[in-house]
Amino acid sequence: MYDVIIIGAGVSGCAIARELSRFQLKILVLEKELDVCEGTSKANSGIVHAGYDAGPGTLKARLNVEGSRKMETLSKELDFPYQRNGSLVLCFDPKEKDKLWELKERGEANGVEGICILDRQKLLELEPNVGDAAVAALYAPTGAIVCPFGLTIALAENAAENGVEFVFGAKVQGLEKAQEGYLVHTPKQDYETKVVVNAAGVYADEIHNMVSGIKMKIIPRRGEYLLYDKNVGSMVSHTLFQLPTALGKGILVTPTVHGNLLTGPTAQDVPGKEETDTSREGMERITERAALSVKEVPGRQVITSFAGLRAHITEFSEGEAGDFVIGEAADAAGFIDVAGIESPGLSCAPATGEYVAGLVKKLLEPLEKENFIGTRKGIPSMALASDEERHRLIKENPAYGNVVCRCETVTEGEILDAIRRPLGARTTDGVKRRTRAGMGRCQAGFCNPRVVEILARELQVEESQIRKSGEDAWYILSPEEGGSL
Amino acid sequence: MKTADLVIVGGGPAGMAAALAAYHKGVKDILILERDRELGGILNQCIHNGFGLHRFQEELTGPEYAVRYMDLVQEKNISHMLNTMVVDVQGGEFCLITAMNKEQGMFQIKANAIILAMGCRERSRGAMNIPGYRPAGIYSAGTAQRYVNIEGRMPGKEVVILGSGDIGLIMARRMTLQGAKVRLVAEIMPYSGGLKRNIVQCLDDFGIPLKLSHTVTEIHGKDRVEGVTVSRVDERLSPVPGTEQFVKCDTLLLSCGLIPENELSLGAGALMDEVTQGPVVNERLETTVPGIFACGNVLHVHDLVDNVSKEAETAGAFAAEYILHGEKEWGEAVRPKIPAKTKCTLPEDRDTGSQLICIGCPVGCLITAQRKEDGSLAISGNTCGKGEAYARSEMTAPVRTITSMIRVEGGTGRVVPVKTKSEIPKGKIAECMREIKKAVVKAPVSVGDVLIENVAGTSVSVVATGNMRVF
Repeated sequence: MYDVIIIGAGVSGCAIARELSRFQLKILVLEKELDVCEGTSKANSGIVHAGYDAGPGTLKARLNVEGSRKMETLSKELDFPYQRNGSLVLCFDPKEKDKLWELKERGEANGVEGICILDRQKLLELEPNVGDAAVAALYAPTGAIVCPFGLTIALAENAAENGVEFVFGAKVQGLEKAQEGYLVHTPKQDYETKVVVNAAGVYADEIHNMVSGIKMKIIPRRGEYLLYDKNVGSMVSHTLFQLPTALGKGILVTPTVHGNLLTGPTAQDVPGKEETDTSREGMERITERAALSVKEVPGRQVITSFAGLRAHITEFSEGEAGDFVIGEAADAAGFIDVAGIESPGLSCAPATGEYVAGLVKKLLEPLEKENFIGTRKGIPSMALASDEERHRLIKENPAYGNVVCRCETVTEGEILDAIRRPLGARTTDGVKRRTRAGMGRCQAGFCNPRVVEILARELQVEESQIRKSGEDAWYILSPEEGGSL
Repeated sequence: MKTADLVIVGGGPAGMAAALAAYHKGVKDILILERDRELGGILNQCIHNGFGLHRFQEELTGPEYAVRYMDLVQEKNISHMLNTMVVDVQGGEFCLITAMNKEQGMFQIKANAIILAMGCRERSRGAMNIPGYRPAGIYSAGTAQRYVNIEGRMPGKEVVILGSGDIGLIMARRMTLQGAKVRLVAEIMPYSGGLKRNIVQCLDDFGIPLKLSHTVTEIHGKDRVEGVTVSRVDERLSPVPGTEQFVKCDTLLLSCGLIPENELSLGAGALMDEVTQGPVVNERLETTVPGIFACGNVLHVHDLVDNVSKEAETAGAFAAEYILHGEKEWGEAVRPKIPAKTKCTLPEDRDTGSQLICIGCPVGCLITAQRKEDGSLAISGNTCGKGEAYARSEMTAPVRTITSMIRVEGGTGRVVPVKTKSEIPKGKIAECMREIKKAVVKAPVSVGDVLIENVAGTSVSVVATGNMRVF
């Protein structure tokens, strides 16, 4: 019998798991995919929003500002890439300048520090490559960028180190009220728990509807992105948003914490919950709209495109429309929804973790652990390490001297670390998100066979058993299928 | 700190030829740094033939071409380090190279000159903006080639190839010979960028359709590729709505162009040429950074390895001169002569059984050859006697050289490249492949070793085209 089962190992689920791991609780995270960070958390803008978007008084606004405040400290405690680069909301129409003032007021009401309005002159000083049409901007110095994988994996690893169990490939197929709490059905086995936390992303409605009569519906909103080579990563230094216009919500242009340039997202409601495919129209739209924010969108420097789904709730009679749904379901005691976590869910995560842990605390009144480990060390990066550190690492393990991914200078040592640590990588995507092997401009053309070989060796399986991500994402045929010559 | 007169980054055809040329000019203290486990570079996985016609006046496979240079490098005792990645180069009066490997860790080398010879890389799917999902099963042709020819593993069963450059065409044949079904090759341009010979011997021989003015407009399958949408494109290369066709496959190979590998050149501060996409050089193949030279595909993408070797010799010789006689005025930038791109146009819906493409010379006449009722051949469309002879041979007794790999036991690798020592009847290809696939040999293996005698009863033997040491 578990005290808490968290459904979903995205950034919210992992943040909640990590916060709850401070207490004497038996906790399990169930994840349908083979790794953490496989849904919305892996495909988003990687932005820590300052917190001026959501309306004052909403949970979104409160958790965003809190999350943004906590993120920097958390990045030091858990060792993940984070950079406070500041954000700008660009205004392209002199007639719409008052909208910037509205945003400023809203931000101030939400408690966002340091926001101000810049005229074009000041804007140019901050961003020399800003588009000619930008007449003014809202500047939020607390806006930041974060590695979404780094954050989620760090939270999960730290939770695991503090005793939280994770089971992967365990899609929740049913949820029943039991005598004391709930019975959770998965293809692996059934689990009993006192409290369920529903952090199932775009599937949170399905999980919710398993136990509650107040029905919820989520229609995924797809956002497509273009990622550019590091060559052009320094084209902008702040995150450039656009004031929403009649043409729709804007497209952002931002550097990433790893030095790439990112543009997107589009916003399109899609019927399927796995429809993370990109489209020609999407790519064209991003390029066209991004051209407003920066003078030249370096189209030839695109290295990949991707799409993520945001959990947009379209039907739910409880709570305020458009806000997160976080709390115990009205008709299901011990069942806590963490639903509708669309933007700014990533920014909120540290605060969401605490907030939900607070709700669980009220239900279970757990004691704090004495031996909670509050810090975690990430995988060392040979690309970023000082020469001294490099020498030390290679001395420790010569595999740190063997470069496997040439674009991002990722070594065998880092890949071994990614596989061997708690909740280690089991797939090439897992290796990629933990080390950046395959994230560079050749997109794994060079390192893929090498990473597959290392994974197979470490996991002691035939190379044909290695997957990109899901169970069916095979790379090479097995010897039985004639795949070994 | 280690020192050397000349450090060469990359031990492929460019690096080795540059090293030998510098050696002959009197620079003996040379160090080649190679990131793979063998010298030879990309040639090691190019197990097909067609190399060396200019350089050696004979037709070699990639590994054979590489071995010739490796033997020379060894003979001259030119030192090299394998499994070593160069992470930074700096030019100047003294050049500084930073490299890493398992044995020495991270180390620096001081040198009088550097030659960049890192080769090129393939354009990825992302760079081509193909929409759709991002499943496993999308490989650059070179990655697939490495899986098949070096690792001895098959990356898929049903294949669509985008891009009809030579690597794409070669991989179409390679995958087919190993048992995969290649559905089609799509080419966005109205002509193929590949050699006519490859269109004949890699596609026509196996009945693989080449769809010119077509491209992949969507990738299907969430986990693994389940198919692609192929569409016709208009004159501006934009997909034409309504021409979409779903093609079921589990693998998409991309053969859509090569780009010089620029990380180190850029890191050194070399000025880049937007046309070649490699560093700007003068007539001595010196980059704008003093002491740093460049040659081979890192400078611009070459069509023939023979030309790479030639260019590398020039770079090696000038680097030696620089080392021995000091810096000269840089002079003018000279853009390497880029050969005109092959533009192989073919009529749509060509009947490959009767409409032949002559491979006798680069003109590539389209020859119609039909057997008349009396059994004689009616040949038309050829512009010279070679064409008629070629058509006659193709219609009566066509022959091919087969290149593949054979399993090795107890070696440092899983497979060794092989070829039929001479051409065999085209009709014997399948039987020949069956015998090759069944064969297992024990390491060591050396180039030229006979591994199968009298393959498929043709009295032709199958010989090794690469070396394999005992593990």
